[in-house]
Amino acid sequence: MPETASSQALDTFPRLLLNHARVRGGKAAMREKDLGIWQCWTWQGVADEVRALACGLAEMGFRRGENVAIVGDNRPRMYMMMTAVQSLGGVPVPLYQDAVANEMLFVLVDAEIRFLFVEDQEQVDKVLELQEQLPQLKHLFYDNPRGMRHYTQPFIHDVRELMEMGRIHNRNHPDLLATAIATGSTDDVSVMLYTSGTTGKPKGVRLTHNAFISAARGGVEFDHLTAEEDILSYLPMAWVGDHLFSFAQAMVTGFTINCPESAETVMNDLREIGPTYYFAPPRVFENLLTQVMIRMEDASAIKQKMFHYFMAVARRSGAEILDGKPVSTADRVLYALGNFFVFGPLKNVLGMSRVRVAYTAGAAIGPDLFRFYRSIGINLKQLYGQTETCAYVCLQPDGEIKFDSVGKPAPGVEVKIADNGEILVKGPMLLKEYYKRPDATAEAINADGYFMTGDAGIFDDEGHLKIIDRAKDVGKMANGAMFAPNYIENKLKFFPYVKEAVVFGDRREMVCAFINIDIGAVGNWAERRGIAYSGYTDLAAKEEVYGLIQESIEQINGELVGEGLLADSQIHRFLILHKELDPDDDELTRTRKVRRGFVAEKYGVLIDALYGGKDSQFIETAVKFEDGRQGKVAADLVIRDLKTFGVAGREAA
Amino acid sequence: MSRQIGDVVLDLKKVSLSFGGVNALTDISFDVREHEIRAIIGPNGAGKSSMLNVINGVYRPQQGEIILRGQHFSKMNPYKAAKAGISRTFQNIALFKGMNVIDNLMTGRNLKIQSNLIQQALWWGPARREELAHRAKVEEVIDFLEIQHIRKTPVGRLPYGLQKRVDLGRALAMEPSILLLDEPMAGMNVEEKQDMCRFILDLNDQFGTTIVLIEHDMAVVMDISDRVVVLDYGKKIGDGDPDEVRANPDVISAYLGASH
Repeated sequence: MPETASSQALDTFPRLLLNHARVRGGKAAMREKDLGIWQCWTWQGVADEVRALACGLAEMGFRRGENVAIVGDNRPRMYMMMTAVQSLGGVPVPLYQDAVANEMLFVLVDAEIRFLFVEDQEQVDKVLELQEQLPQLKHLFYDNPRGMRHYTQPFIHDVRELMEMGRIHNRNHPDLLATAIATGSTDDVSVMLYTSGTTGKPKGVRLTHNAFISAARGGVEFDHLTAEEDILSYLPMAWVGDHLFSFAQAMVTGFTINCPESAETVMNDLREIGPTYYFAPPRVFENLLTQVMIRMEDASAIKQKMFHYFMAVARRSGAEILDGKPVSTADRVLYALGNFFVFGPLKNVLGMSRVRVAYTAGAAIGPDLFRFYRSIGINLKQLYGQTETCAYVCLQPDGEIKFDSVGKPAPGVEVKIADNGEILVKGPMLLKEYYKRPDATAEAINADGYFMTGDAGIFDDEGHLKIIDRAKDVGKMANGAMFAPNYIENKLKFFPYVKEAVVFGDRREMVCAFINIDIGAVGNWAERRGIAYSGYTDLAAKEEVYGLIQESIEQINGELVGEGLLADSQIHRFLILHKELDPDDDELTRTRKVRRGFVAEKYGVLIDALYGGKDSQFIETAVKFEDGRQGKVAADLVIRDLKTFGVAGREAA
Repeated sequence: MSRQIGDVVLDLKKVSLSFGGVNALTDISFDVREHEIRAIIGPNGAGKSSMLNVINGVYRPQQGEIILRGQHFSKMNPYKAAKAGISRTFQNIALFKGMNVIDNLMTGRNLKIQSNLIQQALWWGPARREELAHRAKVEEVIDFLEIQHIRKTPVGRLPYGLQKRVDLGRALAMEPSILLLDEPMAGMNVEEKQDMCRFILDLNDQFGTTIVLIEHDMAVVMDISDRVVVLDYGKKIGDGDPDEVRANPDVISAYLGASH
């Protein structure tokens, strides 16, 4: 690397930017599609605009160390504003752009925001709604002037005015910015990201330049990323993943970030850009696959035959070829043919022809889904991390992909498992503190400097970390074995026939389960077999459906036996609920998570029947219909025993 | 508001139109001022669409005249109307279903194209430059109406609400000074209506386009228009700002029946 000599100094984001402007000033740093054409900013261009923004802020009375909120879709100028704020020693605070006004209020007040940069009229309107509750707000800048002609409030400015002011300021004080950047330290806070706060108020996570630069360098080295990568920046800027991929890693390597034209055009933009480095949450991969499958069903018979034939080849050998494992010559030839006729064109349609590394995280990804992408030659991997660790704890190394693990600890990160199963991590990427919350900081970081993730996990024999559950949900069975309900429920939900599952076993001698069938998938299955049914309750009680679900669960029992600590969590008895769990009945949260305690209480009689060894149980439940009426659903539920497997070296349970 | 309503740009005097023995319009006079939003309302069969068709020359009235910016037209025709800066949308969407959104919008630029057929066929020199300039204009319309995501989708595959928006886009691509909208919100859901209202208000505000619209949704009409003309059985029964029209007893009886 030619920069090695000066790399000592490249320890803050503004210094990295200046270096890129010097070393690769003419290379594309950011692109954005506007009026149908991809507009480009070079690194020199970005540096110039950042200078104008920063000097403008200085002219407006910006104070070192203060927080600046940034709200909007991924736009080049939004990213530039981050560096501009950092240049002056301030802290950018990106907010989720789809938050309603009241959700924004807490953060704007908590972070004492005086300067606020928003994307467009929609965001300005939200701020104006809150104006009376924001006495400290001094200046509001907007990027997109559309619809802003009639806003005459003196504290609202077009960001172009700010930049113009900055350019004049820069002519009068040419050294100011250089001095400000030289004053900055790598241990200064570089960004504050608010955690979504499922419980209690959101907390501002303060992360330093050093933390993010270390995390970015580690990831870059791990995946051999270069300045030639292209990435599509379309996930919320307030989310730690986007900050790592689209901001920190781009700043470290000098690769190009591409901002989509609008939220609706992301798929088109993806195809046009053809990123080499890609990140998406599991549901995006799932939607893409569904679209492909639906379109395949409309294709001609020959195409369908080809598709299914070569997909079978891919399932057999694709992932192994990607991992560089030995594969028979015949399969290699077939795979190459398949690549020419099917996988290549398919990847092109998905916009993934050039993808070298793709990551997913944020939720559990189904093994079939994961395997599909890997088998057609997309190097999709999982990672593990949280806001407090710059989304950088574990990564799956190339060639060592396991579908149910999140990989090995990333370079520079130390991971250990506490006695209660909780994952503890330590490294340069840890948060500095929670903003104004020393109590929360003290709670999250233990005396030895480990961050307590709140997740429970285990290492397998090859040192891969497997995430099991939230630590607080993990219980113990009567015999002391670990019981991780979410882990088992997720396994169940990976079967297309299972919509929801609730398992019980904490402080009990065996694990039992409630199942909700997926009416679409099971209904389809029943139709193909000529099984008539009148509705959910009827279908759920069918003998054949019980058989179908029983098979699935017994398969899981077989898997659990091999998972050491979890072998005792095999499911002994189950029943299929007579109604679907529903947020309207308070059984699920609005984000469709099971409220375990509530369900256990409401269906206490069923639990007693499961553990009491009964073969069936009558139940009547009040339900709310979609039109708001109340009603009752009653059924006599069958309970079935399941086959369980003995653990080697122990007597069968 | 920076928008200033100016002088009369379009004046209709004693217009009568009949088809055989049916009098579609009888002796109708009203005017439209620069930059205003002028609504035409009335029950079914009142002659609203006929009125628009007279303005842009699809129908020739038997009597009366149309004065457009001081120029008298006793015989308006669609070509003259378009040349004079009048464009319109249709109650039943009139787009090329098999063509994509960009191409449909480009048809709106047709009148402004200067180069000849041969130049265009060869896509050479001035024709190429010209097409690029027109395409840039079309992109502005796409940006304004926020339809970037369907740029290359054939219009026939779009849902109804979006087709309506493309129809408006095609009219806007002509850069009209007067825009005639025939039931722009018919068949739309509440959200689509809100969007459409915003587009109409924005284009009136940003580009100063004068708008004449027919609409059935009273809430919308009363909200966005500056002045309203009410027709019933081909006759004008009311004219004035929304509040005046709402209080007019003739209008109330036309809408609610004679004895109310």
